[in-house]
Amino acid sequence: MVANILEMRSITKTFPGVKALQDVNLSVARGEIHAICGENGAGKSTLMKVLSGVYPHGTYEGEILFEGEPVSFRDIRDSEKSGIVIIHQELALSPYLSIAENIFLGNEIQRGGFIDWNKTNLEAAKLLARVGLSDNPTTKITDIGVGKQQLVEIAKALSKEVKLLILDEPTAALNDEDSAHLLDLIKHLQKQGITSIIISHKLNEIKAIADKVTIIRDGRAIETLDMNSDEISENRIIKGMVGRDLEHRYPDRTPKIGEEIFRVEDWTVHHPTEHDRVVIHGANLTARAGEVVGIAGLMGAGRTELAMSIFGRSYGSGISGRVFVRGKEVKVRTVSDAIDAGIAYATEDRKRYGLNLIEDIKRNISAAALGKLSKGGWVDDNKEYLVASDYRKSMNIKAPSVASVTGQLSGGNQQKVVLSKWMFSDPDVLILDEPTRGIDVGAKYEIYTIINRLAAEGKAVIVISSELPELLGISDRIYALSEGHITGEMSIEDATPEALMQYMTKEKEK
Amino acid sequence: MSVLKESLGFLASRMRQIGIFIALIVIVVLFQILTDGRLLTAGNVSNIIVQNSYILILAIGMVMVIIAGHIDLSVGSVAAFVGAMSGIMIQDWGAPWWVAIIASLVIGALVGAWQGFWIAFVGIPAFIVTLAGMLIFRGLTQIVLGNQRITPFPNEYRQLGGGYVFPQLFPASSSPAEWITVGLGILALIMLIASQVKGRMSRVKHGLESEPLSWFVAKLAFTGVLVIGLTYLLGIAPGSRGTPIVLIVLGALVVIYTAVMNRSVFGRHVYARGGNLHAAQLSGIKTQKVDFYLFVNMGVLAALAGLVFTGRLNSAGPGAGNLFELDAIAAAFIGGAAVTGGIGTVTGAITGGLIMGVLNNGMSLMGVSTDYQQFIKGMVLLLAVAFDVFNKRRSGGRRAAPKNKTVLDRTTGVATVESGKPDAMKADTKAGPAGD
Repeated sequence: MVANILEMRSITKTFPGVKALQDVNLSVARGEIHAICGENGAGKSTLMKVLSGVYPHGTYEGEILFEGEPVSFRDIRDSEKSGIVIIHQELALSPYLSIAENIFLGNEIQRGGFIDWNKTNLEAAKLLARVGLSDNPTTKITDIGVGKQQLVEIAKALSKEVKLLILDEPTAALNDEDSAHLLDLIKHLQKQGITSIIISHKLNEIKAIADKVTIIRDGRAIETLDMNSDEISENRIIKGMVGRDLEHRYPDRTPKIGEEIFRVEDWTVHHPTEHDRVVIHGANLTARAGEVVGIAGLMGAGRTELAMSIFGRSYGSGISGRVFVRGKEVKVRTVSDAIDAGIAYATEDRKRYGLNLIEDIKRNISAAALGKLSKGGWVDDNKEYLVASDYRKSMNIKAPSVASVTGQLSGGNQQKVVLSKWMFSDPDVLILDEPTRGIDVGAKYEIYTIINRLAAEGKAVIVISSELPELLGISDRIYALSEGHITGEMSIEDATPEALMQYMTKEKEK
Repeated sequence: MSVLKESLGFLASRMRQIGIFIALIVIVVLFQILTDGRLLTAGNVSNIIVQNSYILILAIGMVMVIIAGHIDLSVGSVAAFVGAMSGIMIQDWGAPWWVAIIASLVIGALVGAWQGFWIAFVGIPAFIVTLAGMLIFRGLTQIVLGNQRITPFPNEYRQLGGGYVFPQLFPASSSPAEWITVGLGILALIMLIASQVKGRMSRVKHGLESEPLSWFVAKLAFTGVLVIGLTYLLGIAPGSRGTPIVLIVLGALVVIYTAVMNRSVFGRHVYARGGNLHAAQLSGIKTQKVDFYLFVNMGVLAALAGLVFTGRLNSAGPGAGNLFELDAIAAAFIGGAAVTGGIGTVTGAITGGLIMGVLNNGMSLMGVSTDYQQFIKGMVLLLAVAFDVFNKRRSGGRRAAPKNKTVLDRTTGVATVESGKPDAMKADTKAGPAGD
């Protein structure tokens, strides 16, 4: 038996005009948890696609040894047969099929050409038990939470007799409890002899479970750190990723807070289809000019629902309550009402709700305020180009021109386009929902700088985030949300992660 | 993301537009050779224009509907219904021809408003609404006509479909050249050059020009040659009959709708709606209104097509306009529109329609029977779209991914946001098959 389950030797992968990977070496020892870190676009995903056969043998240079044998995968099925299973960031589950059907999708347990349902469900239940789930295998995927869906993906991998499990950003959308559970499970699988490669932005998690970390930067493997033998700090990893010391993860800022410009009173929202279910219970919140207000809450606390319902009733039904902008009550029945009232909302899911990915940068930037660029219903193309070019420069959007299609930009640059769009609509209040999700460390810093700039311009910025350090790093004041109630409000001086977590998990006495 | 990859993508998007023009030219040259020069004669060219004019008119509206992510299967029936109504107005009610034409366009708008109401405000998918409309308006056509055809139509009415601009002033037989056509050709040429040069100068002034001068000149020269060639064939070549009135109508529609789609707020909203519905809604775009007016517009254009067709045949029959919708849809897709919405151009759809038209005409001239014609047209449609798909795959298939609704997106969580989407999504479930 060879010590290293996987050896990737001088892998080079070229796309027309771009070297995505250059001479990358990666050794993964049997039974270890190996983390791969790097900024977005560094080449992590490309490397995993080479490994799993998404890019078939022959489209890259270099050599892959799996269990000591050279392998040449033609496609994913090929690599799965050898025991390499990749779980992508976007889960590949079919929402209206059951857990069991999903686990054995493409791999059905058959008898004489027909599916053996009893065996399917029985085997599925066994696999679910291995990942710590006790749900009925006939439950539909839509009916279980995101955390459990992730576990189903792992159960599916186990059904394929996985030897090497690759997880791409597995905890990106999970709350702390689900994340912890998932990380435990990976540890547990490790004891059963399953090797894992985990791609993650969350350095604390890497620190918690990884044995080794390989850092990739600009298509090259920079270094591999041994997490067990050396005392490796998070900053040490960040330094490797960005190639420089990131002393301050949050830019300095001296807040200049003015008068209150945004107030929401007694805001109650019901579920869009189950009309008697209350999602937001009489929320009150305020924001002042030049203030950055954080909203903390666990998954399902109603953060996005609160923001979207305020933003032109984009969510919910039976909405009651009052919204004031600059002291005047405003009606926000539609999104365009909200925009006219000076409210902007940048969604947590920019690809699905924020951008037209097949359209170019300039048309995305102008989308929310086309009226400012048009006269009598006709758009001034040249003006649009100039406006967009200004934003490209001031926001440091990395693209050859504003005529570049947004679908081809990295996450950080896409987010800058979204922010540009809302800045151009010139709001008084910006609600930013998870503004740094899926964005690498360097770009995060830029986004924080932009948030500070917006505040300095006298706008009120409301930031919703799952990452407490982020909220603590940039906010002046933080609200905690739990089960649709605002359970607490703290100024930044008093706020600690522990105190916030207490509010976030507080159950409102009914 | 490298500069090179970006610019390659830019070129690829442009290649699609150039590619379809080249395809049209190749087809024209091919048939010119195969028919021993009978394709590009004065008489035949004006035939191609008149024969295909109503499909091209429909294709303009259809490509807009497709860009928005919808489809309209009813346009053939609507065209027939409007043609029939115009006949009834003229023959049974004694309405003057111009009243009948205006009223017909209004009927088209009302039909569009009817379908737009169900699609935009009730939220039934356009496929279902217009499939129903296809049956409803075919039925209404037969009801109002009592299964009799109406004929003849007044001379003025028929000009729209088969007339020429003032032929009586300069009868082709007595004059070597048809001066009005030549004048129109020169006017079109001047306007083309003036508008292009003006646009470019304004872009250069702002330092925004991304197009190389050589490319600009080549493009202009190419369109200029086209205009001159057409002018020659319609006005100067032996046997020329002058400018068909419907060509002027069509030309005006192309210019207007190209501008609408490229430069108007409405056009932008159509692209935004088709590219990403949710992003458009969360940008404050009133997508229901956009959908509604798109179908009103389609109704008016279908009415116009019906008038042209009825005028050309000098008859309104119960079976008129059969399968027009499929030709219009094919034109839009051959012209580069995307099935998923957000992509497409008016000029592309027109070029696609002309490709179909030249194929039809050329094969007819060669004496190819209609069964083979159908077969070949079907293959052309399939290959044109296959070429597109292949192209897209080669230039990086990344952009297709976010549209895939079956992939669960962890970042939103299915339970909350799926059900929380604004009306359009709820509509999808409402419109499910009646059987369940």
